[in-house]
Amino acid sequence: MKSQRSLELGTGLFVLLGFAALFFLTTQLPGSGVSIGGAGGYRVTARFDNIGDLKGGSPVSMAGVRIGRVESVAFDSGDYRAVVTLRIDPQYNRIPDDSDASIQTQGLLGGKYVGIGPGGSDSYLKDGSQIEFTQSAIVLESLVNKFFANFASKGSEGEKAQ
Amino acid sequence: MIAATLQRIGAVVVFLGRVLAQCAPALRRPRSVVHQIYNAGARSLIIIMLCGLFVGMVLGLQGFDLLQRFGSEDALGVAAALGLLKELGPVVTALLFAGRAGTALTSEIGLMRATDQLTAMEMMAVDPLRHVVAPRFLGGVIAMPLLVAVFNVIGLFGAQLIGVQLMGVDTGAFWSQMQSAVELDDVHEGIVKSVCFGIACSLVAVYEGYTAKPTAEGVGLATTRTVVVSSVLTLLLDYILTAAFLGR
Repeated sequence: MKSQRSLELGTGLFVLLGFAALFFLTTQLPGSGVSIGGAGGYRVTARFDNIGDLKGGSPVSMAGVRIGRVESVAFDSGDYRAVVTLRIDPQYNRIPDDSDASIQTQGLLGGKYVGIGPGGSDSYLKDGSQIEFTQSAIVLESLVNKFFANFASKGSEGEKAQ
Repeated sequence: MIAATLQRIGAVVVFLGRVLAQCAPALRRPRSVVHQIYNAGARSLIIIMLCGLFVGMVLGLQGFDLLQRFGSEDALGVAAALGLLKELGPVVTALLFAGRAGTALTSEIGLMRATDQLTAMEMMAVDPLRHVVAPRFLGGVIAMPLLVAVFNVIGLFGAQLIGVQLMGVDTGAFWSQMQSAVELDDVHEGIVKSVCFGIACSLVAVYEGYTAKPTAEGVGLATTRTVVVSSVLTLLLDYILTAAFLGR
């Protein structure tokens, strides 16, 4: 009798585990499921004209170092812009409040992330502040333009140096 | 040779029909089915989880090595998730299932055949298909998708362990890219595959056991054949199903 009970218990456990795994796969994988939480830190918002495929959970980085995460992405139907809430880790509390935020791409196939470029102000971003200067997601054509512009300016700098 | 193969395939199909006809009556006695889910599923859980972890970890390493050449190691989550969900999860689980649960089914039924237990049941007008074969078949079919799901989840965490903790891929990028790239259809493809493999592997296992020669050698041969036929059938079905899903 006891073995029958432990057998049914084992089966129940197995079936439960299996369905929990199935549930995880069907609900958490596609779409926005698990949010990787940065508890702590402070929130800053930024408004963009176009955020590309930026998602909650994407990194926020400054000089290439991750300093926080995108907490949420919302649409403001008032001015037709995307409102991105960034959660910055608490130790990075000396970011000038006139810094700019831009949406950039990691590598060739990589996803989008928010890059922060430092400003020159003496006051710092704090919980609830908004980043005024933003640059939208880069479209491939503008990337190519940028490349050529960069190329040309490098060329003229080289001439100057000589 | 060809005629023998054809006859064999035909016999398996007829056998499948007879087993399926007994499935509904077998389900009316859920206790024996539960017992078989325990045998085929719960007792395979440890090996499935262990292998899932290692497969996921290898995916993490190999995926990282490949993707960093293109500077897109953040896509590791996508690579690991799609690789596990669509191919590695169902196939590796089916191969392990054939080796772990399939052989047990074949030798158990084969030994019943060799010791004339099945004949004794027939003598007492108890249908061995209903009471022996159908519950074992159902247990395997029910256990397989659940095992695959567990394998996939453990594998994902294995990939995350290597990719994020060891190789330094960003956690947020790993999960958020995975979530934006994996469609519900990809999950469904894995589930359909796992159900098909479950039917194929369980059918082969019970058929080989049921038709085993009633000798010690015959049971041994049948057990070997279960592993070989299940593995080949799994990989063949995998190709067909993949082609069907891509062609949609």
